Amino acid sequence: MTDLLYSEEEEALRAAVRDLLTDHCAPADVIVRTESDAPHDVRLWKTLADGMGLAGLLVPEELGGQGATHREAAVVLEELGRAVAPVPYLTSAVVATEALLECGAGDLLAELASGTTIGVLAVGLHTAPGAGFPVVRLEGGALHGELTAIADATVADVLLVPADDGGLYAVPASATTITAQVSLDLTRPVAHVALEGVRGAHRLGDAEPAVRRALHAAAGLLASEQLGVADWALTETVRYLKERKQFNRPVGGFQALKHRLAQLWLEVVSLRAAARAAADALATGEDTDITVVVAQAYAAPVAVRVTEEALQLHGGIGMTWEHPVHLYLKRAKADSIAYGTAGTHREALAGLTGLQAP
Amino acid sequence: MTNAEELICRTRELLKEHPPAGTARLDFLRARFDAGLAWVHYPEGLGGLDAPRSLQAVVDAELEAAGAPDNDPRRIGIGLGMAAPTILRYGTREQRQRYLRPLWTGEEVWCQLFSEPGAGSDLAALGTRAVREDGSSSGTGGAGGGGDWVVNGQKVWTSSAHLARWAILITRTDPDVPKHQGITYFICDMTDPGVEVRPLRQITGEAEFNEVFLTGVRIPDSRRLGAIGDGWRVAQTTLMNERVSIGGMRLPREGGMIGPVARTWRERPGLRTHDLHQRLLKLWVEAEVSRFTAERLRQQLAAGQPGYEGSGMKLAFARLNQEISGLEVELRGEEGLLYDDWTMRRPELVDFTGRDAGYRYLRSKGNSIEGGTSEVLLNIVAERVLGLPPEPRTDKDVAWKDLAR
Repeated sequence: MTDLLYSEEEEALRAAVRDLLTDHCAPADVIVRTESDAPHDVRLWKTLADGMGLAGLLVPEELGGQGATHREAAVVLEELGRAVAPVPYLTSAVVATEALLECGAGDLLAELASGTTIGVLAVGLHTAPGAGFPVVRLEGGALHGELTAIADATVADVLLVPADDGGLYAVPASATTITAQVSLDLTRPVAHVALEGVRGAHRLGDAEPAVRRALHAAAGLLASEQLGVADWALTETVRYLKERKQFNRPVGGFQALKHRLAQLWLEVVSLRAAARAAADALATGEDTDITVVVAQAYAAPVAVRVTEEALQLHGGIGMTWEHPVHLYLKRAKADSIAYGTAGTHREALAGLTGLQAP
Repeated sequence: MTNAEELICRTRELLKEHPPAGTARLDFLRARFDAGLAWVHYPEGLGGLDAPRSLQAVVDAELEAAGAPDNDPRRIGIGLGMAAPTILRYGTREQRQRYLRPLWTGEEVWCQLFSEPGAGSDLAALGTRAVREDGSSSGTGGAGGGGDWVVNGQKVWTSSAHLARWAILITRTDPDVPKHQGITYFICDMTDPGVEVRPLRQITGEAEFNEVFLTGVRIPDSRRLGAIGDGWRVAQTTLMNERVSIGGMRLPREGGMIGPVARTWRERPGLRTHDLHQRLLKLWVEAEVSRFTAERLRQQLAAGQPGYEGSGMKLAFARLNQEISGLEVELRGEEGLLYDDWTMRRPELVDFTGRDAGYRYLRSKGNSIEGGTSEVLLNIVAERVLGLPPEPRTDKDVAWKDLAR
């Protein structure tokens, strides 16, 4: 059976990442950053990538990575979710990396693994693993087209662009026009990408299997990020309700609220099991399809509900810009669309389990 | 300490000396108990070998492969899950020797005389009185002199009472102290005069539960478990084990209530609607996640980590069972208007899969009530796991006899 616990090494990794984020990614700073022209924290990214080697967790050692598995990457994502850290870990170190692994693109993989290059798959963040995706035109050796909802594109050095010849191309970001879109999720903004006759782009391999593999891993590991988001929201809400007094007693002592919090706790505990199962399934390659869609169908509604409840239970302060709960709600809601909605994953499940629609 | 290899050796020895094919079921079970292979984490001489609990699986797998009989744990679940751990922890040497072996082999079935008509969720409010024959029952602490205890009162929701040889019983022995302090825990002989078991028919039509009337029942002091007045603390052991044992079964995918409804869906396309499809898929996902959560809890326990998830598993199962079985009745459409059998029966165990969807729907309504209501469990999670302030207690320092009833 699947190993659903955290190993000692994984706990050590968690502690290291959490320490770093505690020191360098305070919620107040994240809020300030979202209001600037540069919502991403590139310095934090460098520390995670250079200092801790996290960008290369999924890359084999012979290609310059850490040769770890999805289990470790999942732990990192939990912590990044808990801090709503504005870094391109999921997009570069997971999604683009998986696409490059499928293409066997060694040189570029090594660059991504070292963190010197940020890579982004130029497929809309909302795209489900099995869904179709827009491609750009290849005409006379040049790439033309427009792509939207590309997460973290504004900090990308290289874009992995699917074209209508079925290929996946590595395009330097400098050869494209990238325009930030006003995004619901302030900490993982999406962008519009225009290619106006980009020549000399390197063909990495076939787009279809690369994109499919990348989005499949993304959907599975996103559950761990959602776990981190939900876990933060629950922990903070419990802490707040122990302190906040109304009617001369802590608000958290009222049974109507206690029952809501206990129910949320149960959902977070279940989400942890689902997310661990998905990470382990991706790492071992066993029973991956069902486990990933189950995790993603379960995770999104839970993360949204816990952050929504956190907002409500924080009362007036929950609706303010200065309190970070809105960052988590925005991330949770955007994550519920990222790599396919819960409904899309349930439909996929119907096919996998023989529970066909009418 | 015993390791897996030693256990396999011992198990094979047992199988060699008592080949399952040529040994009567009860003889085999007794021999297994005496070999320390019944519950390996129990002490030597009491059916165990002081081995890690996780190694039981090794023994079970060997025995299963050899086609050995089991002790029908579902039928004797109350004894195994609740009475045994309590007797092990609080019982005297004589009590452990007397009760544990026939309990484990299933020769003697146990029931639990805890709940009363006026003491369900507020169990410590119980009013069944036990009075020492010489009248010296008040006060807490040591055994003291005196004769038998005489018990009067009524218990309710007692599963298996009609089959049971023994009961774990909590009683009020001191009404002059606050409710938690005046309780004493006994082992009650269900064959004694004064014990009357009446079936309690449920919404399913069958009488799986009972009411038990105790009228002048004499219990010798040697059947007291723990100190006089310490019954609440002893009962905590029972209740904690009750919740741990619920949800302890390892199920394959679609192994729970979702199984029958998924099969019906696949086999009968004519019943499908879009609304039911959405709900089915959502519940399928939740059932699968619940399975992972239970598995994670088991892995935590096996690794010696505290598994708070246990407090939540029963909550999750109760809600899931109710939603899934409710969906199944609707899915069956016209058939959902029917019910397999309203005959009043007294079953030995709850048989969810042997009955139809209507039965599952009605019986699962009990899942959020029995073994601690969902509301009580939510309080437990909120207070003990999340550390939220406890409910205000107005009855904490009031003598039991002065409480409003």
